[in-house]
Amino acid sequence: MSVLHDSILELIRRTSAEIPDDVQAVILRSLEQEKQGTIAQSAMQIIERNIDLARQKSQPICQDTGSILFYVDVPVGFDQIRFEETAQDAVRLATKKGYLRQNSVDSLTGVNDGTNVGPGAPAFHFHQHRSGDIAVQLVLKGGGCENVGAQYALPQTALGANRDLAGCRRVILDAVVQAQGKGCGPGVLGICIGGDRATGYEFSKRQFLRLLDDRNPVPELDELEQDILHTSNKLGIGPMGFGGKTTLLGVKICAVNRLPASYFVSISYMCWAFRRHGLILAADGAIQRWLY
Amino acid sequence: MTSLSHPFTEEKIRALRVGEAVELTGVVFTGRDAVHKHLHEGGTLPPEVNLRNGILYHCGPVVLKDEQGQWVVKAAGPTTSNREEPYQAGIIRKFGLRGVIGKGGMGDKTAQACQEFGCVYLHAVGGAAQVLAECIRRVRGVYMMEQFGAPEAIWELEIERFPAVVTIDSHGQSLHRDVLASSQEALAKLL
Repeated sequence: MSVLHDSILELIRRTSAEIPDDVQAVILRSLEQEKQGTIAQSAMQIIERNIDLARQKSQPICQDTGSILFYVDVPVGFDQIRFEETAQDAVRLATKKGYLRQNSVDSLTGVNDGTNVGPGAPAFHFHQHRSGDIAVQLVLKGGGCENVGAQYALPQTALGANRDLAGCRRVILDAVVQAQGKGCGPGVLGICIGGDRATGYEFSKRQFLRLLDDRNPVPELDELEQDILHTSNKLGIGPMGFGGKTTLLGVKICAVNRLPASYFVSISYMCWAFRRHGLILAADGAIQRWLY
Repeated sequence: MTSLSHPFTEEKIRALRVGEAVELTGVVFTGRDAVHKHLHEGGTLPPEVNLRNGILYHCGPVVLKDEQGQWVVKAAGPTTSNREEPYQAGIIRKFGLRGVIGKGGMGDKTAQACQEFGCVYLHAVGGAAQVLAECIRRVRGVYMMEQFGAPEAIWELEIERFPAVVTIDSHGQSLHRDVLASSQEALAKLL
């Protein structure tokens, strides 16, 4: 086993078992807001207890350990092939150890070979940068929340959504109402305005790498993020769709260029079991420090 | 908090109302996408899997074997139920289910079957895999593992004080229908 292998294994274990601090802080605040004695409050209490228990027992927060998404920022000359192979081995071992569920199915045959490694799984997003750092971020995204993601092509006549930020607001709020509690709310929205059908979703998911309490440096997007969050929390959908005050924990939006002919709004929903961690690695693959 | 324990009689089920928090004790079987499709297509169940007056849990657990060769549940929260909406009503009718545990709610077809045949939908907290795994006392068996793989297999589980909320009762009420309608109404005012 290489040092890099052990570092990635630990990244997987921690991501599966430990909610990042920034997310936990927002969950605790939401719990306090729910009304005493309601089923919404009791759902939030179970969520809080579950977060603690998973951490203590070093076991998956949620049994759906999700799509395994690696985001790897590397210096020039980094061996990406070796990284990919090592990470695949780490995923196999993490599955044997029960950090990950046997969660990857051949789409043609329906066979689950129990390894979590196959075409497209796990997913790697490499990005080269000038810095000498090797930064590895991992997101585990469950299927329940993935299924309530939505992509709108504007204009949308039925929703009265035109090709502007007001139109974006309408379709995003529609997605929140459509999702109800099915994505294991209270959740977090990652949104991309623009791009094509593939890059739109890709950038929307990257928003989950942001700290939950950060603010968008683009004033229009910041305003839209705050607006969607506050408006959603007035809809009364609540934790698990039980009714209540907390429908969303956060909203993160980016905008990328689009074709004149296309105006996509791509919305990814992350459940409350927001699993994301990251590492800076030394050149030999050892853990230098944790990001989150 | 209402305690609901084995045997799950029609009388006990009919007494439950939407919004009621319950704690379940007894035996449940897991079954999710592959099992529902299999049954819908006329597939049969192994003789050990008796769903009559039983409870079906929409769950694909993480289960490992310990050193003694015993199954140990490592994580076992509910999966999204709505994917089984096309099949659930038929399965409630044919197999005589008294309860379905899942998350995210189900639609009108299931709600009608609950009313007609005396069944309830019990919403567990999605993602709470550790809290819910602690309520599983023992794995009594696993069926159709070869065919469907571990998450999709039928696991027979002994549960104790397993927390859930009745969100579809046997009287035609559905919390999901109500929350959808009220949130749509709220949104219309906020746009």
